Amino acid sequence: MPVSNSNATTHTMKVPGTKPTKGPKKKKDEEEAVDPADGVDECPQGNGPEDQPELTEDELNEEITRILTANNPHAPQNIARYSFKERSYKPISVVDQMAVLFVLESSLLHEDSDEARRLRVKQGLLKENAAIDIGAESEEDRTETLATPVEDGGDVEEAGEEDRPDSSASKADKKEPKLTNQFNFSERASQTLNNPQMERICQTEPPPRNNFSATANQWEIYDAYFQELQKQEKNKEKQKGTQAKKDNDKSKKKVVLTETQTDDLSKVSDASKIFERMVNQNTLDDIAQDFKYFEDASDEFRDQEGTLLPLWKFQFDKSRRLTVTALCWNNKYQDLFAVGMGSYDFRRQGQGMLLFYSMKNSAYPEYIYPTTSGVQCLDIHQQHSHLVAVGFYDGCVAVYSLKQEGQEPVYKSTAKTGKHTDPVWQVCWQNDDMDNNHNFYSVSSDSRVVCWTLVKNELIFTDTIRLSVNGALSNGPEGGHLPSITAAGGTSFDFHNQIDYLFLVGTEKGKIHKCSKTYSSRFLETYDAHTMAVDAVKWNPFHPKVFISCSFDWTVKIWDHTINTPMFTFDLNAAVGDVAWSPYSSTVFAAVTTDGKVHVFDLSINKYEAICQQSVVAKKKTKLTHIEFNPIYPIIIVGDDRGCVTSLKLSPNLRKKPKSKKGQELPKGPEAEVAKMEKLLSLLREPEQSAV
Amino acid sequence: MAEVEETLKRIQSQKGVQGIIVVNSEGIPIKTTLDNSSTVQYAGLIHQLVLKARSTIRDIDPQNDLLFLRVRSKKNEIMIAPDKDYFLIVIQNPSA
Repeated sequence: MPVSNSNATTHTMKVPGTKPTKGPKKKKDEEEAVDPADGVDECPQGNGPEDQPELTEDELNEEITRILTANNPHAPQNIARYSFKERSYKPISVVDQMAVLFVLESSLLHEDSDEARRLRVKQGLLKENAAIDIGAESEEDRTETLATPVEDGGDVEEAGEEDRPDSSASKADKKEPKLTNQFNFSERASQTLNNPQMERICQTEPPPRNNFSATANQWEIYDAYFQELQKQEKNKEKQKGTQAKKDNDKSKKKVVLTETQTDDLSKVSDASKIFERMVNQNTLDDIAQDFKYFEDASDEFRDQEGTLLPLWKFQFDKSRRLTVTALCWNNKYQDLFAVGMGSYDFRRQGQGMLLFYSMKNSAYPEYIYPTTSGVQCLDIHQQHSHLVAVGFYDGCVAVYSLKQEGQEPVYKSTAKTGKHTDPVWQVCWQNDDMDNNHNFYSVSSDSRVVCWTLVKNELIFTDTIRLSVNGALSNGPEGGHLPSITAAGGTSFDFHNQIDYLFLVGTEKGKIHKCSKTYSSRFLETYDAHTMAVDAVKWNPFHPKVFISCSFDWTVKIWDHTINTPMFTFDLNAAVGDVAWSPYSSTVFAAVTTDGKVHVFDLSINKYEAICQQSVVAKKKTKLTHIEFNPIYPIIIVGDDRGCVTSLKLSPNLRKKPKSKKGQELPKGPEAEVAKMEKLLSLLREPEQSAV
Repeated sequence: MAEVEETLKRIQSQKGVQGIIVVNSEGIPIKTTLDNSSTVQYAGLIHQLVLKARSTIRDIDPQNDLLFLRVRSKKNEIMIAPDKDYFLIVIQNPSA
């Protein structure tokens, strides 16, 4: 009965819920080895465990059927799962009955892979060495492993460990392929503790960005280099000038001022001036073209006469009522000329003006200086063309500097400093004296010729000469005759170009005196020139002996200063306001009359008549007061008593230069004519043209 | 400052002048005698033209620089004075 007991025990153990399918194979074997349980055997009940339930014989003899099914006794019979769809727990109808008995992990090798080849090679080698034994051993190993997989765990481990040094050796030795056991080779890896990873990010504010784009042209590179150079130079200067810290401060201040950019229109000032000229040029384009290029072709047919082509008209609103009393070209900037405005009418004396016009802009003057008294005369210094000497109707003289801003003269004479008591009729700059001071002369109807010197900030005057009626005749035939004190006012004068001390003075009485700066009491010579006041007297720019004079007595006379009588006399049928020699020819001169006409003479062509007589004024009542030739351009400017200055271009006939023989200077004037003239009783001699 | 204003007024009163525009360095017209849209158009277009012209001049000789630009067309003439601080533009019809 021990068997049945044992069976019973096994049954009792198994009956509650299990069925005798599972079980270690050992036990099955034991059962197989043991007699079948069909036979009822006697079993001693005392052999079982203590808590073995005591069964009656009926119960012991009860037949219990055992069924072998394919069901997994350990599988759960009622599994319920939550169904989200129906939102309730639902029992699963089919339960998985599969029972996994054994799992062995192994590795598959592709038959073409390296390892597989190595394996094959090794297997081949082993087979060659001891094919059968190894095969048997390997089989035994396999069976053993099948039988005791659990016990082999340790072996496998050892094998695995042994394999590792083998494997490492194999790795080092590439020749020996790795012997990998198909069954129990396993590579072991172990995982170390991984520290939990933490990512930490820190975000800063991005630096301020700016888009920058530029082109690298040749000139940008040049600019950069240039700036560098300037910086270096500044640094050098700073190093040198470390003494005066104040200067540095000032310069810093200046730098600060220039750096502040404001929406100022003042930056546009330069460009706007030029634009005004450009716009004027556009509007008056024809005039500009005429000025530059027009040559009157009809002159060829006109025998010897010429014409004057009117060009620009210069007018200023505020000076419409004033008369042009003086004109002067600027030597340095030949398009700039000065206009003095005042009045010749002693009843209408008011304010005057000093204006500077440029031919480039006829609409508006470049410089405007209003004056308290009418301007009577002016002169621009030859070398320092920013200095302008002005004589006024009230007898003052003043010097303006164009470089300085402001509308006041730089120097002005006052009653204390020897101003004239009568209007100043002419001023003329002289060469710098020995102390390098600028000086100029003025003549006035108070019969004084005064020399003014600019010393530092003052005008110092020296009376050069006192004009008196009989100045030169103190030892006259009448002997003992007191020189008449009645002085004659001077109305014009001119200094000789080459001979510095020599000058001519024209008087109210119509006489011209030749004087010297050095002799203040005597005249060198006196000419009875005109019957009325001598309006203008001028030396010939070329010939050293010839001068011209004009007067309100309608005449223009040409003199040789060595001869007391005029060489030429021209009657112009109207009071002559002004006369001027041309700068390009010694025989050409022009005169203006109060009937609005300009007369141009060329003595080498026509000794008796003007080669051009032209009326240049719009209204017949306008009187022409002054005339001046432009030093380089074939232009003359004519001033009238309506405050308007007209510029005229001389036609080619008026500009004929004498034919020059090759290799010689300008030929001395027609000597044939000189010979002819000398024959004449009036001892007229042609002005010889000397080279300039 | 007042002188400049006067000069610009005189230019404007000249015969045939259609407009004056002063543009500052940032391209904003600070003074104009034309209407707004024309001004903006002129300023923008002329700015590009001037850049091109200046680039041309300076590429040829880096020591050179553009002073004035005059563009004459059938209908009028545009005169431009560029500077690093400003632009001055005058539009004139010379034959008007």
